[in-house]
Amino acid sequence: MSKVLVVTSGKGGVGKTTSTAALGAALAQLGKTVVVVDFDVGLRNLDLVMGAERRVVFDLINVIQGDAKLPQALIRDKRIEGLSLLPASQTRDKDALSAEGVARVIAELREKFDWVICDSPAGIEKGATLAMHHADAAVVVTNPEVSSVRDSDRIIGMLDSKTAKAERGERIEKHLLLTRYDAARAARGEMLKVEDVLEILSIPLLGIIPESEEVLRASNVGSPVTLNAPQSNPGRAYFDAAKRLNGETVAMATPGEKRGLLGKLFGRRVA
Amino acid sequence: MSLFNWFRPRPTAPAARERLQILLAHERAVGGGSDLIATLKEEILAVIAKHFPLERDKVTVKLDRGDAFSTLEIDIEVPTMNRGQGATRMALRG
Ligand SMILES: Nc1ncnc2c1ncn2[C@@H]1O[C@H](COP(=O)(O)OP(=O)(O)O)[C@@H](O)[C@H]1O
Ligand SMILES: [Mg+2]
Repeated sequence: MSKVLVVTSGKGGVGKTTSTAALGAALAQLGKTVVVVDFDVGLRNLDLVMGAERRVVFDLINVIQGDAKLPQALIRDKRIEGLSLLPASQTRDKDALSAEGVARVIAELREKFDWVICDSPAGIEKGATLAMHHADAAVVVTNPEVSSVRDSDRIIGMLDSKTAKAERGERIEKHLLLTRYDAARAARGEMLKVEDVLEILSIPLLGIIPESEEVLRASNVGSPVTLNAPQSNPGRAYFDAAKRLNGETVAMATPGEKRGLLGKLFGRRVA
Repeated sequence: MSLFNWFRPRPTAPAARERLQILLAHERAVGGGSDLIATLKEEILAVIAKHFPLERDKVTVKLDRGDAFSTLEIDIEVPTMNRGQGATRMALRG
């Protein structure tokens, strides 16, 4: 059984591409076949975060327009068995994406992979709606910050009205992935808490990814954080989220909560 | 609560939470409001484009929600019709 997952948010820079790479890699590391698809046409970055930027020959637009066959455009990850990437085009814009073309490519991908993970562009226009249209499930990436939460609320509304599932009167599965979370700051009342965001958005929680320098370190070397630092806080948090996507029950840990005495006194994590 | 709390700025997260709850309650109540704006924008663009060459980002449609009434604001920048420089803007509020 194949599942199409969109990683979306409305707002840019919240961690969609990072999460697509990390969840895609983790699912493949757990033994699934996975393709991560970059829908951010014109601003492609997933290839870079996945360390495949020098291997891109054909892209999603080439396949949609019939200039290349799907297998020619798919890039197999050299490190993780079962993981592939379908890159976006850098020279075209999102108008080159057609609804029929996207439908055809997604249908073909469904036949080849257990998971088809679509990295959505920011915004609420064509690129984002096409990325979510065929999804069975959505990961709504949200930072504990007012504008991100508001944009996520908009996106949740669109998932419930604009997707193929919604149009058929079915419910699309929605999961909240809270990223760049700083438990110490939330405890000090400087940042929205997990419960606050959950109460406001009221969709089930898939995971809490802490703010961590491991994420930048991993993207610097073009390796998903679950591969580059599987034992780090964000690495473990992404693995747990991937297991939940697979239907496993994994206890929710709020990462990075340990603080030393000084940290407790000053309410600050000791570096 | 430690002594050090005295030196800390007041927590701002509760304000964020409250503002979001009020705003989103409003935005959800209007429901499909975002769709209305997008539809309006498309239709306005189509009408104007019959008469002027027009760039998409030169048209903004905004709905400001007030308690008693809401304001629909449409701002369109079209190329100047005479030979002069610059652009003409048509603004409409109602
Ligand atoms: N958990 C995290 N901790 C620290 N930095 C993060 C984290 N998640 C994402 N980032 C950083 O935030 C920036 C934007 O992330 P990205 O995944 O490109 O967002 P998006 O795809 O939503 O625009 C990147 O520089 C990334 O390294
Ligand atoms: Mg991105």
